[in-house]
Amino acid sequence: MECKTTAVVSGDVNDSIDMPDLPRRQFDALIIGAGGGGLRAALQLANADASVAVVSKVFPTRSHTVAAQGGMNAALANVLPDNWHWHMFDTVKGSDYLGDQDAIEYMCRAAPTAVYELEHFGVPFSRLDNGSIYQRPFGGQSQNFGGDQAARTCAAADRTGHAILHSLYQQNIRAKTHFFDEYFAVDLLKDDQGYILGALAFNIHNGEPVIIEAKTTLLATGGAGQLFRTTTNALINTGDGMGMALRAGVPLQDMEFFQFHPTGIAGRGMLITEGARGEGGYLVNADGERLMERYAPKAKDLASRDVVSRAIATEVREGRGCGPNKDHVMLKLDHLGEDVIQKRLPGIRQTCITFVGIDPAVAPVPIFPTAHYTMGGIPTNRDGQVVMPVKDTPEEPVPGLYAAGECACVSVHGANRLGGNSLLDILVFGRAAANHIIDYLSENRYHRPIDSDSLESAVNRMQRWDRKGDGEGESVSGLRDELKMVMENHCSVFRNDEVLAEGVAKVEQIVERFKHARIDDHSAVFNTARVEALELENLLGVALATIHSARARQESRGAHSRTDYTERDDINWMRHSLYSLDTGLDYKPVRTKPISVDSFPPKARVY
Amino acid sequence: MKFRIYRYNPDADKKPYMQDFELADPEPGMMLLAALLKIKDTIDESLSFRRSCGEGVCGSDGMNINGINGLACVTPLASLKQPIEIRPLPGLPVVRDLIVDMDQFWQNYRDVKPYLIVNDPMPEVELPQTPQQREQLDGLYECILCACCSTQCPSFWWNPDKYLGPAALLQASRFIEDSRDQATEERLAALEGPFKLFRCHSIMNCVQVCPKGLNPTRAINNIKKMMVKRSL
Repeated sequence: MECKTTAVVSGDVNDSIDMPDLPRRQFDALIIGAGGGGLRAALQLANADASVAVVSKVFPTRSHTVAAQGGMNAALANVLPDNWHWHMFDTVKGSDYLGDQDAIEYMCRAAPTAVYELEHFGVPFSRLDNGSIYQRPFGGQSQNFGGDQAARTCAAADRTGHAILHSLYQQNIRAKTHFFDEYFAVDLLKDDQGYILGALAFNIHNGEPVIIEAKTTLLATGGAGQLFRTTTNALINTGDGMGMALRAGVPLQDMEFFQFHPTGIAGRGMLITEGARGEGGYLVNADGERLMERYAPKAKDLASRDVVSRAIATEVREGRGCGPNKDHVMLKLDHLGEDVIQKRLPGIRQTCITFVGIDPAVAPVPIFPTAHYTMGGIPTNRDGQVVMPVKDTPEEPVPGLYAAGECACVSVHGANRLGGNSLLDILVFGRAAANHIIDYLSENRYHRPIDSDSLESAVNRMQRWDRKGDGEGESVSGLRDELKMVMENHCSVFRNDEVLAEGVAKVEQIVERFKHARIDDHSAVFNTARVEALELENLLGVALATIHSARARQESRGAHSRTDYTERDDINWMRHSLYSLDTGLDYKPVRTKPISVDSFPPKARVY
Repeated sequence: MKFRIYRYNPDADKKPYMQDFELADPEPGMMLLAALLKIKDTIDESLSFRRSCGEGVCGSDGMNINGINGLACVTPLASLKQPIEIRPLPGLPVVRDLIVDMDQFWQNYRDVKPYLIVNDPMPEVELPQTPQQREQLDGLYECILCACCSTQCPSFWWNPDKYLGPAALLQASRFIEDSRDQATEERLAALEGPFKLFRCHSIMNCVQVCPKGLNPTRAINNIKKMMVKRSL
């Protein structure tokens, strides 16, 4: 294919760029992202004899699923009585009634099967004496619709994500899935009827682009924790799929809901699993008081994450923080004894020793709420199809496009995700998306031609960074650090209009300055500077969506706490936000009707 | 704080060279990865290395630090003698700077069939495993595939395409030891011959450098014992 393009990105570029014949590869399904969601989908598709390509900017086992610690929820009832309907209630309540109840029912019902499948794939779950899978208590879990604490989280010590990611990768080796390791996906490709037909990617090793044509494309690129300066997230979590979706005209949903995990190591950000409290750990303030007794008299340290994070932030704001700067509280674990800690929490023990020189078996660990999880994302239905408003239909599927996992918003987490539901989400909806793709493929047997405009803009986006420096323009890393600081200062645990309005202005200003940003490294070989520039462009789209949606939502719900609108407002705000680059904010109703059971109506949320 | 870092960009350099960098006032408790990121962000953005989780669980940032392989993200600057000399993992082709071509390493991993093989029909629930059987996997399943061990192993340096290396063999052991796996015989048979397994001479570099504190040599010796038993 011969194709001339004109550079359209930010002004002063070469007049036209020769685009030689780009190599093309064709697959039934393209999966972008090789974390748990992408690999679970890939395995399902490979086992169904679909040709499937997985594109990942890092080697698959580097994906951030590997860092999940505590476990995965499923009502197996191995330790305490349980059933999926209780799990559903807890998830709806945890979501602060913003989760879609059909998707939540689907997930909770599918959970036990999802765990057994993983076990059959080889995941080395911890075990009980009778040989069944070990389960621990986690936050926000109850028996009998708000009764006693449940124990629903299936765990492989505190390395559950590692165990799951490696087992899924291993099964994909067996299934001979085609991997494009260390390829960066630049943008989605489509035709003039809006079908998504694959993506333009390039091989990071040599900079060479490739068109990956696919009848179906699944975005499974994970979250965007790199929006914030202090985060539990890996450096690769830059919201790439969300950025791609935005540029393809798809809105992002509920982005104002960003989870701050109560127990990141203070000032450093490393995650200490909720499982630490599930095993019996608790928080204390500067007075040595067990602070959660005041905020959640019943569930105490196992209240929902938003509740615990607000409690810690409040303690610090009111002067009861620990340390010389009174800027954190302590997580006490030493009373559990060295045996329990070594057996159930060996990974976080090592992390604490490495990063702060504290052995939790001996002394308490300084912690503070830390950016952790993107509840919002690319809107999908429970089949993983990406949906967006078209005329009067709030949820019209985008043909050929799917999303699953943290980059998606089904929405099962609503305004606040429960611990242990994230691994569950990626596995259930990775599989559901793959099953729908298999159906779609049977009705869409042939590749459709890709629109040249869509290819040109993707190529331009990539080639922009080949421009040789004129010595002007700001550095990508400087702008990135500034963005992370702005988001941390203006879009954190507590928010108000004044702070958010300033944040909006600052983010928009950074977006403007980014148009003239530069990189100095123009090598074709493993150019990480170029990758980081493309990542920052994705993050900027996500930042706009997050801070605009946050400013607009005038209520407090789940992780979104407004000091100027302190109450939940179900009349005006029990609805999903949608933010798109072209048209700004829009809203759609919450799906309150489950599949087969009665709806859980909104109630005051007490733990 | 002084650094000497291996540089090589095949696009621009005829041959590799060592470049000196200096960082003023490193923060207390700073890890090597944070220092490298700071050098990249503030001094030379072309400095290339892999990184992801920053807390020692993803295995991206294995490199040779003052002669010993390790993960930059869990190596405190304070533990290192200056100038801190950083090179790519030895024994694999260099792509650029601290980035090595890991194809051979992944090939060896795939060669041991690193997945659970169960021939019987699967039950509707989990395959049972006692806590004692599960404990057999401790020290094996935690591997993060960072390649620090294999690329510190002289036997691997000499025969990377014939000797599987400690990382792949640790994975072989992880499935041989799993009470649920039903392919022990075929796994052992596949390790026959003078190279794949038996090139391990118990030099134990792998044990010394493993950032997760694992012991591939012990795992390899356990496989060797099973091979001996099997041949009797």
